[in-house]
Amino acid sequence: MGAYIVRRTLWAILLLLVVSFLTFVIFNVFPSADPAALRAGRNATPALIEQIRRNLGLDKPFYTQYWIYLKGLLEHFNLGYSYYNTESVKSEIFSRLPATISVTVGGFVAWMLIGIPVGIISAIKPRSLLDRIMMGGSLVAISAPVYFLGLVSLFLFAQGTGVLQWAGAAGSYVPITQNPGTWFNSLILAWLTLAAAFAAFYARMTRGNLIEVMHEDYIRTARAKGLRESVVITKHGLRAALTPIVTMAGMDIGLLLGGAILTEIVFNIPGIGRYAYDAIVNADLPAIQGTVLFGAFFIVFANLVVDILYAFLDPRVTYG
Amino acid sequence: MALLEIEDLHVSFKTVDGVVHAVEGVSLSLDARKTLGIVGESGSGKSVTAQTILGLTRFPNATISGRILFDGHDLLTMSTEHLRDVRGARIAMIFQDPLSSLHPFFKVGHQIVEAIRAHEDVPRDLARKRTIEALRSVGIPSPDERFTSFPHEMSGGMRQRVMIAMALALRPDILIADEPTTALDVTVQAQVLELIQALRDDFGTAVILITHDLGVVAQMADDVAVMYAGRVLEQSSRETLFTEPEHPYTWGLLQSIPRLDAPRTGRLNPIAGSPPSLINVPRGCTFHPRCPYAPPPAFETEPALAPSQPGHLVRCHLPIEERKRLWQSLQKEHPVLR
Repeated sequence: MGAYIVRRTLWAILLLLVVSFLTFVIFNVFPSADPAALRAGRNATPALIEQIRRNLGLDKPFYTQYWIYLKGLLEHFNLGYSYYNTESVKSEIFSRLPATISVTVGGFVAWMLIGIPVGIISAIKPRSLLDRIMMGGSLVAISAPVYFLGLVSLFLFAQGTGVLQWAGAAGSYVPITQNPGTWFNSLILAWLTLAAAFAAFYARMTRGNLIEVMHEDYIRTARAKGLRESVVITKHGLRAALTPIVTMAGMDIGLLLGGAILTEIVFNIPGIGRYAYDAIVNADLPAIQGTVLFGAFFIVFANLVVDILYAFLDPRVTYG
Repeated sequence: MALLEIEDLHVSFKTVDGVVHAVEGVSLSLDARKTLGIVGESGSGKSVTAQTILGLTRFPNATISGRILFDGHDLLTMSTEHLRDVRGARIAMIFQDPLSSLHPFFKVGHQIVEAIRAHEDVPRDLARKRTIEALRSVGIPSPDERFTSFPHEMSGGMRQRVMIAMALALRPDILIADEPTTALDVTVQAQVLELIQALRDDFGTAVILITHDLGVVAQMADDVAVMYAGRVLEQSSRETLFTEPEHPYTWGLLQSIPRLDAPRTGRLNPIAGSPPSLINVPRGCTFHPRCPYAPPPAFETEPALAPSQPGHLVRCHLPIEERKRLWQSLQKEHPVLR
């Protein structure tokens, strides 16, 4: 197991290097706005733009730029400084991390609490009216994009803009350390919006897996032992049906920790997703690079955690 | 009164291809401490019959009729609550493939503890003690270490022993063994059969043994029912079935057993043709398309399961004397292992 983790970690580092290089190449090869011109403002003289270009190091060839960047990254874990406002990208990202974690964890709790029970109820009586209603509803939820569902929910339920003023409006985010009640209120619509598609997808997965598992021989054995049907389903059935779902949840959390871009924009939450969006709009390479690397790190890390977790969930799996 | 009485059992399933008539009018009885062998090819309805006893075929698309009397109560109409008290505690079951029949994610010890605690309100450590005792009684070496093994860490024979330990932990009146040795290595098959036999004799458990292997029946059964296309074609004591079989299908089964002492002609003697579809069962006698002796009425009407002598039931249109004569001549040209 130890050797496996070391091997996987080395691969992960290599992968992150490749990701950082590709981001650099893409930014330099494909046309984008000139960062120096953006920085200089509206009435800048060519001389000023040229000076900014030199200050930012943009006049050097891109491989030199990459080398400087890589050296800073490896020596001091320095993600560079924003072209846009010279802030340290690392501290910008870390200051936004709590908001992104709030969105992700809250959304995760919501989609698991909704998706799994819905999937179980559907699986117990497949093809029943209840099953059809819930699976039909889940199809709608999967199909509705976040920017649509989010705006509708703001229009219906948000303070200020909503018909029913139940929940916090867009842009009302405060850190949990400041006021937990306001924090919760400001995020509840974002959580539910983010959770809708995930919950629907998880419900369908749970249903499918559980229906399949309930046909297994060991379920017949559990019944033949004289166990209650509720125990047969929730213990023997779910134990097997949820294993792939737990691992999928791990990957989805990793993905969202890199920034739930659409949700953070629609609800104007100052998280990593919002930062990535602004970075792209401002052609701010260090910020883009930083958020991409951060997202990639979470995905790679989640993958590793999930693979290790799997060995605990399924005793048949071993790593050498 | 018999311990278990199956009366005119019919089981059918709706499928996309049509209605599958898996069991058609089966009546069987099992006395305490006796072993009933049910023999037949795949799709003869023997497994469905066995699983219906414990209500394991109670699905929305299954239609079941008839009666299964156990201790004077009909298992088919019993509430799920009451049936649960019978399952595992009074009638236990083991299955063909012990690997897929054990839950892959739970330790084997826990799976047996669970069976005990489903029926008896015993503390965990006592259930654990009894489980280890049960594992020991089925011949599993160092049972307290095996308690924490997962099914995939054991061999096929050991897994089936675990299943048997689980089934017999609560000393049931009846053990239903559904092809218990089919998925095992030949070398292990005999050991598992001997184990079932020994435990049956020790505990006085009645056994319903489902198999396609007449050799298994010859070793263990007191009575035998031969099933084909959801029906019982012949039913008798073991001795009678092996010495005076009267149904052409039984003859075919007996003659298809390979013999070591037979002259090596290089050919086995299978029954010609293949079992009928249970969606479109042949008209008349269900076996007539494969029967070399089928008399004209067999093409039109189905024969009844009728006694040819006390305790010997045969479902065949051939006259009794004709059957005896045919068997005699078959015996001469191709003697059957006895």
